[in-house]
Amino acid sequence: MAPLSSVSHRGDWRPTASLEILERRAQLLGAVRAFFWQRGFLEVETPLLSADTIVDRHIDPLAVPIPPPSVKRSTPKAALENEAATVNHDSPAWVAGWDRDQFVRQMWLQTSPEFGMKRLLAAGASAIFQITKAFRWAERGPLHNPEFTMVEWYRVGDGLEAGMGLLAELAQVVLTTAPAEFVRYKEVFELYTGVDPLRASGSQLATVADLHGVPTPDIPYEDTDSWRELLFAELVQPHLGWQRPTIVYDFPATQGGLAKIRSDDPPVAERYELFIRGIELANGYHELSDAGELRRRFEENNRWRVRDGKLSLPQESWLAQALEEAGFPDCCGCALGFDRLVMLAVGATSIDEVIPFPFERA
Amino acid sequence: MATYNVGDLRKGLKIQIDGEPYLIVEFTFVKPGKGQALYKCKLKNLIKNTVIDRTWKTGDQVEAADVEEVEAQFLYRQGDHFVFMNTETYEQYDLTLDQVDEAWKYLKEGMICKMLLFNGAPIGVTPPYHVVLRVEYCEPAARGNTATNVTKPARVETGAELMVPAFVEINDLIKVDTRTGEYIERVKEE
Repeated sequence: MAPLSSVSHRGDWRPTASLEILERRAQLLGAVRAFFWQRGFLEVETPLLSADTIVDRHIDPLAVPIPPPSVKRSTPKAALENEAATVNHDSPAWVAGWDRDQFVRQMWLQTSPEFGMKRLLAAGASAIFQITKAFRWAERGPLHNPEFTMVEWYRVGDGLEAGMGLLAELAQVVLTTAPAEFVRYKEVFELYTGVDPLRASGSQLATVADLHGVPTPDIPYEDTDSWRELLFAELVQPHLGWQRPTIVYDFPATQGGLAKIRSDDPPVAERYELFIRGIELANGYHELSDAGELRRRFEENNRWRVRDGKLSLPQESWLAQALEEAGFPDCCGCALGFDRLVMLAVGATSIDEVIPFPFERA
Repeated sequence: MATYNVGDLRKGLKIQIDGEPYLIVEFTFVKPGKGQALYKCKLKNLIKNTVIDRTWKTGDQVEAADVEEVEAQFLYRQGDHFVFMNTETYEQYDLTLDQVDEAWKYLKEGMICKMLLFNGAPIGVTPPYHVVLRVEYCEPAARGNTATNVTKPARVETGAELMVPAFVEINDLIKVDTRTGEYIERVKEE
């Protein structure tokens, strides 16, 4: 039976990571697990394959078509005979042996375990962590593989300070670094670019990019966030986390993800990110708990997605229902890219050095 | 016009910007924070040989460049013009000194070179990595000096001046690396 696409098995079958590094990776998995167990966190597992998906402007989930249980899979022989009629290589919904009309619905591979874990919190869990696979389509580079390993944790009762404190402690214990430093997004942005990121317009930020010789893609001026992100990535991030881990906090309200917004002037999102040696390692929120606000942000993200030429994603979710019916406790949550943590621990320059079979060999 | 989605770009592809062909010499995917994916490239202009940085974002389209490399034989030089012939199609190409660039130093009649075509028109020529040239003039050899680190200028049959070891004499045949312009060794025949 023909495979869905022309994935060939003629490449190199061997792992890209050495066994020495894989052994170090296993030790680090153990260290992360021990860190959370020692602090009373419950280790949980939530579905990788879910009806819900996070609606983010820049994260693309992988869809999985689900056939109904009653339909019989065609035999390989029948499938071969029908191949010309049933195989549509342009259709992402095609799966070997299934007629695409038979699919009843679509599910998603998780881009993070956020929704499942938050439903556990809505149901009364107080401190939980998970080490799991997450999938983000079309992300491939020295720091990215479409399938990667994420450590995610939540602790009820933590405000921004406690949430950041726990992340700093994790970095210090697992990577044996110096204690972390904490800097506000606005301050560190101003330090390296000379412009206030919370008040500057898109065109002002574009001028700063020009002044610093940053090659810029074609971004409209009204898309202020993309300009901010570009300048942060090009001019700020490379300086962060060299002497000690750097935790940046109080992000622009429009880059809040699912963080609470604090009504400073201008308002900021209670979001924090950990950087070590210029690499972004973890992202955390003082979590948004309002179902209406969650919906509003998903709608906003979907508007951007459509504008960017992407598919809009379903806005209804089990999570929204949980938030409406049970409410949500005040807590902080954080996700850490485990592969990058291993990279930093062994001094790797590519994610391929720390995972055995990256996408092209998967 | 053929285009690439930026997600399909990779090192070694040839693309077109503002009507000029570029080779992608470096390609990096970056995705900052919760932000937009960026595709950062270093591009070599195949006509001017300059290198520029370009960054694209997800969803951008980039024009493919119709660039191909063919085998061409150097026929003759006439003033500042160099005439080549495609060894397969027999099509003739007339290149200026500017287009030939440093390669003029090594071009001997009948030599098979690599010719880069953009939209079917020649934009550059690469001679073989090693060529043998006859020395037309140099200062007399310093007697007994066989060291290769003492050099002197020598004019070769193409009219170019190259640096050679002190022991090289007029009418010697020397092998030269065309990528660096450096003398390699003396040879008995071409």
